[in-house]
Amino acid sequence: MTEPVIEMEGISKSFPGVRALSDVSFDVRPGEVQALVGENGAGKSTLIKILSGVYHADAGTVRMHGKAVHFTHPVDSLKSGIAVIYQEFSLLPERTVAQNLFLGREPRGRFGLIDTARMRRETRDVLALFAAAGRIDPDQTVGSLDVATQQVVEIAKAVSTGARVIVMDEPTAALNEAECEELFETVDTLRERGVAIIYISHRMREITRLADRVTVLKDGEIAARFDDLPPPDAIVRAMVGRDIADFYAPPATEAEIGAPVLTVRGAGNDRLDGIDLDVRAGEIVGLAGIQGAGRVALAMALFGHAPFTHGEVTLDGAPVAFKTPREAIRGGIGLLPGDRKSEGLVLMQSVRDNGMLTSRAFAPLWGRAKRNRHTDETAMDGLLDAMEIRAASYDQEIRGLSGGNQQKAIVARWLSMRPRLLIFIEPTRGIDVNAKAGIYHLMRDLARDGAGILMISSDLPEVIGAADRILVMQNGKIAAEFPHGATEPQIMHAATGETEVAA
Amino acid sequence: MVIAVATNQTQYLSLENLIAILGRSIALGITAIGQTFVILVASIDLSVASLISATSVLASVIMDGAPAMIVPAVLACLLLGAFVGVLNGLIVSALKVNPLIATLGMSLIIQGCLSAFVSNFAGSVPEAFQIFAYGQIGGVPVALVFLVLLALLAWGILRFTKFGSDIYAAGGNDEAARFAGIKTGRIVVLTHVICSVCAAIAGLYLASRLRSGAPWIGADGVYDLESIAVVVIGGTVLAGGRGGIWGTMAGMLIFSLIDSAFNIAGVDSFAKQVLRGIIIVAAVAFYAIRSKRIVA
Amino acid sequence: MTDGADMQTARRLRLPQINPVWVLLAVLIGAIIFMNPGFTQPTGYMNFLKRAAPLAILAAGQVYVITSGGFDLSVGSLITLVVVGASMLTNNDPAATYWVVPLMLGMGLGVGLLNGLIVCFLRVPSLIATLGMMITLTGLAFMWSGGAPRGYLPDTFRFFGRELIRDVPLVRFIPISVIVLLVVVGLLAWLMHRTNLGRQVHAIGDNPVAAGLAGVPVNRVRITAFMLSGLSGAIAGILLGGFAGVSTDVGSGYELQAITAAVLGGAQLLGGRGSVPAAVGGALALTAIFTLLNFLGLPQPVRQVVQGLILIAAVALAMHRRQQTGT
Repeated sequence: MTEPVIEMEGISKSFPGVRALSDVSFDVRPGEVQALVGENGAGKSTLIKILSGVYHADAGTVRMHGKAVHFTHPVDSLKSGIAVIYQEFSLLPERTVAQNLFLGREPRGRFGLIDTARMRRETRDVLALFAAAGRIDPDQTVGSLDVATQQVVEIAKAVSTGARVIVMDEPTAALNEAECEELFETVDTLRERGVAIIYISHRMREITRLADRVTVLKDGEIAARFDDLPPPDAIVRAMVGRDIADFYAPPATEAEIGAPVLTVRGAGNDRLDGIDLDVRAGEIVGLAGIQGAGRVALAMALFGHAPFTHGEVTLDGAPVAFKTPREAIRGGIGLLPGDRKSEGLVLMQSVRDNGMLTSRAFAPLWGRAKRNRHTDETAMDGLLDAMEIRAASYDQEIRGLSGGNQQKAIVARWLSMRPRLLIFIEPTRGIDVNAKAGIYHLMRDLARDGAGILMISSDLPEVIGAADRILVMQNGKIAAEFPHGATEPQIMHAATGETEVAA
Repeated sequence: MVIAVATNQTQYLSLENLIAILGRSIALGITAIGQTFVILVASIDLSVASLISATSVLASVIMDGAPAMIVPAVLACLLLGAFVGVLNGLIVSALKVNPLIATLGMSLIIQGCLSAFVSNFAGSVPEAFQIFAYGQIGGVPVALVFLVLLALLAWGILRFTKFGSDIYAAGGNDEAARFAGIKTGRIVVLTHVICSVCAAIAGLYLASRLRSGAPWIGADGVYDLESIAVVVIGGTVLAGGRGGIWGTMAGMLIFSLIDSAFNIAGVDSFAKQVLRGIIIVAAVAFYAIRSKRIVA
Repeated sequence: MTDGADMQTARRLRLPQINPVWVLLAVLIGAIIFMNPGFTQPTGYMNFLKRAAPLAILAAGQVYVITSGGFDLSVGSLITLVVVGASMLTNNDPAATYWVVPLMLGMGLGVGLLNGLIVCFLRVPSLIATLGMMITLTGLAFMWSGGAPRGYLPDTFRFFGRELIRDVPLVRFIPISVIVLLVVVGLLAWLMHRTNLGRQVHAIGDNPVAAGLAGVPVNRVRITAFMLSGLSGAIAGILLGGFAGVSTDVGSGYELQAITAAVLGGAQLLGGRGSVPAAVGGALALTAIFTLLNFLGLPQPVRQVVQGLILIAAVALAMHRRQQTGT
């Protein structure tokens, strides 16, 4: 057996409020694919950021080729031959493929000028390793390429730096089936060339297809380590490691589900087509699909942010056509955005101000801030108490709170408006495992009080566990519908359009 | 605009007149080339107008009519430009001060220092130095040749050097650039030096053209705002990372055409200022309105 | 575990904080009193307040725009336009004041409205939009007066900036401008810190996307902020018309002084944080610095240099403090 390229031993790391990793050991050898799996928030990204020098471990050592290394900056790790392909690409969309590949290390020719000919030639050489080479012109701007091809460029960039270790962080998140297969072939090529690959994913199919070894992280600790590829069930058991029944709130009973709150018929816009959708009172509808399938576009259309251009929508039986979020909110729709920091919170304002934001937005500008017709400060404090938000004071700036508590404050914002339909986008993204259960139960309580709930999530176990009904979107259309209890492969197939699965 | 001008005065678009239009825009063009660099790294420079005033005065005071002092005067101006550029760049990149505020503050400081010493035309420029503004090479003004050469040089830097590539990277995605090992702070400082040196050259040109320096010529020409408007019209985005020199040159041409149209139409100078303000806002709006980004 | 850390951060954020601008102001006032003991007399401090009033009102308006995430650089030229325009319109007729003053206030609101519309709907960054407005308004002031403004305003117009109420107990006299200052600042402070408008101005400056998705009428709030700034500019212009002469550069430089004052008061550039009383404190501190420079016999241009240095230093310090406390 070959010696490991990378050995990480006893790595621990804490952030204010969260212990992200404790005593994690991990290694990867040349020419193998080591899968790193775990739920969101299990500590995978933190481990990788320590490896690449973005974070510094509180304790533990990192060895490369047997020698201890201390990376203080991503540049250090890159120079040592570790390349990380992040989910958000670090490519410059306005620059050409060749310019991106050689960013920061352009070959120089005469007079110290950039040797563009050589740059172009070497770009072609590197790209030749990949099946997508034919589709890529070195002089094309990266922005003009589709997401899958951009990813190839990103990987090619890693290869061209001579990386011996390549980390791929959920590389298939935005890819369709054919593109996934092409990526797998790329990974195979890299493996044959002796590159060590750390492959982060929680999709069993990819892991069984690619991995040589599997390490499972759970709540910041090693939950299991498999030196041979184990059966998928064993991985899932190690990953979840708890009673699912308790984690998610129980599904709605027949009696709890009432009349339709929202109906959509034949609606569409430039990103959506032929949308038929019902959400009934008391029901949580899960919306699954790969990135770019149109789930967020559907939410934003319902919320009036990027409205439908045709089709019919009724809310509580009355036809509506919301053109702005304000109209939608007035009509009784609430929306919890997917990116809390950039779309949900006003970070420098207090917890209470965040909770009262929407109710104040619908009160007269010159009216007193303490009290409006939807709520007042005392009632808001009561609501925040009821949701067990942990804060020293509600006058504290919200940025000091943990993700789960921040999310609850946004829920409180909507509760004071008593919406008929609440849309949750990625409700537990970046939230502690323990806090997740709280959010699921909160959603269920809202449904029981008679609201309809539409939940968009990229976390399949979450959609399966929390929703009463699951809709799967693909290419801007609703491709399939499943009752509570559908399985992950069923949904994945419908989402990637591999086979037509009837509901 | 071109059509309107052409119909009003058919003789207007002769080569001679074209050169005359350009002559008025040389200072703006030189300044805008520098401004292009800072805007490409997502910074901005509002201190160019007072720096132009300062260098024009410095040049004409040092020369004071003596041809022998031309070289020291030019060197002093370029040094002053580089110094201001380094300061601007460090305040922006090391102290993390918003570039608008940093350079506005710098503008106050320069103007204050300048006003402390002079309040009127100061010094004089010797005949030999007036060649910069009035000389001709084979019928083409020296200054125009200089502007074209400067633009070519700037284009070459942006297109063919690692520094140019780093500029686009730092402006396009600062984090990605730093992950690739580019010292983006240094890039920001260097672009500010280029910008301020260009402003210093524009100051020298104006001193040569007016035959003397004055502490108000920069502010009078609104070179800070106009150079930004010219760059934006040329397709360089204020958020950085996209654009280039030839767009800026085209923007400068558009501005000079508008200016000369005003002159032909006989618009008085105050009304011209009003129209100028409106045109700058309209020009930026023309590009900004398409972006989805919320601005404030 | 999670909660313990939350509490700690909270405690650190809740430490009793006094805005540094008040300390700065106290030190400067102390220095002024040291150099000129007469300052403790009503003639001393009332005249100081009277001189500071236009800038303080301007800063109180500017802090709305800064907190909402923008800049308003058009207020200086607006002051000029108000003074020049008022002198043209009143044409030495004392009775004209009664309609010219409301007209000027309306013009301030109108300029603010225009700034807001340009920023919101044409998506021009406010710095460029209001700089463009500055050039345009200065040009208008020149055009209106034909480049040679008439040098007089009727006494009825100058009442606000110049007159005093005498025989007031304790302080002997109160300038009208100080009363205007108190009323305007009181109103703006109440609006900013006690009403929905103020909370929403903070919200759109903090995160316009989140505010919009939460239902905040972002454009309406932003335009209102610009209008309040424009209104404060018109009021400052009316006061200045009372004690400064009529000229085409009476307002120049005030826009940067107002921004400097707001920043000294801890307003966060690009939005999200700002306080009207602290901005007024910043304006008083800036005026106190200028007063000290006068005592020291330093010439006018030095004021400019000092102001530039203060502006840069205040922002640099704020950035430094923010980096230390995170984000």
